[in-house]
Amino acid sequence: MNDRIEVSSEPLPEHVDVSATTAGGVAVFLGCTRGETHPDGRQLVALDYEAYEEMALKQMHDLAAAARSKWPIERLAILHRVGRVGLGDPSVLIAVSTPHRSEAFEACRWLIDTLKKDVAIWKKEVWDDGGTSWVDPGEPGS
Amino acid sequence: MPGQGQMKVNVKLFAAMRDATGADRVTVEAGTVGELAEKLGGRWPAAKPLIDRSRFAVNQAFASHETVLREEDEVAVIPPVSGG
Repeated sequence: MNDRIEVSSEPLPEHVDVSATTAGGVAVFLGCTRGETHPDGRQLVALDYEAYEEMALKQMHDLAAAARSKWPIERLAILHRVGRVGLGDPSVLIAVSTPHRSEAFEACRWLIDTLKKDVAIWKKEVWDDGGTSWVDPGEPGS
Repeated sequence: MPGQGQMKVNVKLFAAMRDATGADRVTVEAGTVGELAEKLGGRWPAAKPLIDRSRFAVNQAFASHETVLREEDEVAVIPPVSGG
């Protein structure tokens, strides 16, 4: 039950151990900054993440509890970074261990999908001309 | 019921909402979350479309427009989130 749930400005760890002697499957998801070309030709250089940290942490704990009620999770980790995240670098890490692989995949998928929909975290695109724009999921193409 | 049950509440502003208002917190007199949304839109008309698409949090949990506010509540505007 020792879930690892963090919001931090430090780079995410290379590896998070959620192994357990009762877990036959471990699923890990990393969400990373993807290079983009703006329609006007500018290149994306980084994403700047901001969190309402107290609320985000509470929501991530609630997500962990909800996932535990849906799947037989042995251990889990949900880590989100804030601050500037360069191209190719991870901003979010989710790791889940369960007795069998299908549950690990499902739980991991549900956790990242629900986190993206609800958790109080925002990202701003940083372009190579120094311009920035908040990502708005309600807008097409975002 | 204008004037009735109006509380001075501190409101946290994040991301696009902070940029639109130039403030990371404001004090607003409102009795409910709905009233608060209306007052913010009145004070920053340019931010109204964003406010209309935002959710609101009271004490770090999403709250409906009908939620009644108390002075000690921690209130925040939550623009469309984009974590992950």
